[in-house]
Amino acid sequence: MAESFKFELVSPEKLLLSVEAEMVTIPGTEGDMGILVDHAAVMTTLRPGIVEVKLADGSEQSFFVAGGFADATPSSLTVLAEFSIPKDELTQEIFDERKKLAQEAHDLITDDAEKKANAYTYLEQLSHLEQTGLTL
Amino acid sequence: MASLKDLRNRIASVKATQKITKAMQMVAAAKLRRAQEAAEAARPYSQRMDKVLANISAAMDGQEGAPPLMVGTGKDDVHLLIVATAERGLCGGFNSSIARKARDFARELLAKNKKVKILCIGKKGRDSLRMEFGELIFDLIDIREIKQMAFSDADKIGRKVLGLFNDGEFDVATLFYSEFESIISQVPQAQQIIPPKIEAGEDAGADASYDYEPNEAEILEDLLPRNVSVQIFRALLENGASEQGARMSAMDNATRNAGDMIDKLSISYNRQRQAQITNELIEIISGAEAL
Repeated sequence: MAESFKFELVSPEKLLLSVEAEMVTIPGTEGDMGILVDHAAVMTTLRPGIVEVKLADGSEQSFFVAGGFADATPSSLTVLAEFSIPKDELTQEIFDERKKLAQEAHDLITDDAEKKANAYTYLEQLSHLEQTGLTL
Repeated sequence: MASLKDLRNRIASVKATQKITKAMQMVAAAKLRRAQEAAEAARPYSQRMDKVLANISAAMDGQEGAPPLMVGTGKDDVHLLIVATAERGLCGGFNSSIARKARDFARELLAKNKKVKILCIGKKGRDSLRMEFGELIFDLIDIREIKQMAFSDADKIGRKVLGLFNDGEFDVATLFYSEFESIISQVPQAQQIIPPKIEAGEDAGADASYDYEPNEAEILEDLLPRNVSVQIFRALLENGASEQGARMSAMDNATRNAGDMIDKLSISYNRQRQAQITNELIEIISGAEAL
């Protein structure tokens, strides 16, 4: 059996998952990352996407995250998601709600071009995800 | 001395009050459980957030160009006081103890010739601060409509505060709320959220080898605003649990007091009734004797 590490997925509302995992794939801002045990310490921001967890017992779970952070150390990985639910429970309504919130946040920014661009990128990422990786 | 009829009415009205306080206590107890669960469920996130912040700030230590959200504007002339209270009263000293803490803090700042601005979350706080600091309260956020506090609600408040900060409206922000310790004990807190008070992590030394993607500055730029929202969210949840806890014990006391009062009133009612009967008997007997 491959070695495992501690994986935690937390959203502001609750601790979604705290398990021993073999491998976790996270949607980093600069590209997806597969995290295994003894990964170099890294901290990255996340784009909206799917976190895939391969548990130490071999089973797999997927979660939708709407951006956030991941903090990896050789012995643990913590994902701080802004919003997260199991992928099975993700419905079109929930996704539309996220899009609406993102749109509102985007529309609110009026003075800062860079932030506006970031918010726009975020929106784009959401709709890209909708078109490709998501089977609702 | 009140007449028998008056006493009867008093007893009936105290009983009605007791029923209401009893019902409120039970409602608070039911809500408390949910609020407490929500507050506890939110703890892991803010704890991890603190850890991540501590790590990254240790990494940024001594570097140029740390964002103002982290190190402050370099001044502390204008203070923003965010006073989070409940929307409703009848919960013992809950609202007033938060308001008192904020008031003492504001007085201290004013005595040092600092400028103070107050943002109230929940109207009870505004009600008790209005007398003294009426013109300093510039906004009130209504949370009456929110049944179950969601992160997006706190995030809206967070964005508002950040907007003010970016416009240079204040230098330091302090958040006032009440931490839920137990049903009988809620401790009012004053927590500085901008710039955040970061406790250096114990393992901060080991983090020199951290890799940052895209880079420290961009992560911080994303992380710090979120931290503000998270802190507000946590405070509101703690407040929610505290409010219900305070209301529950206040209503428990009220129910007990009403019970005591009913006992006392019943005793004097019975005494008076007996006195009246005795009086009537004396009248009848002396009337019979006179014949």
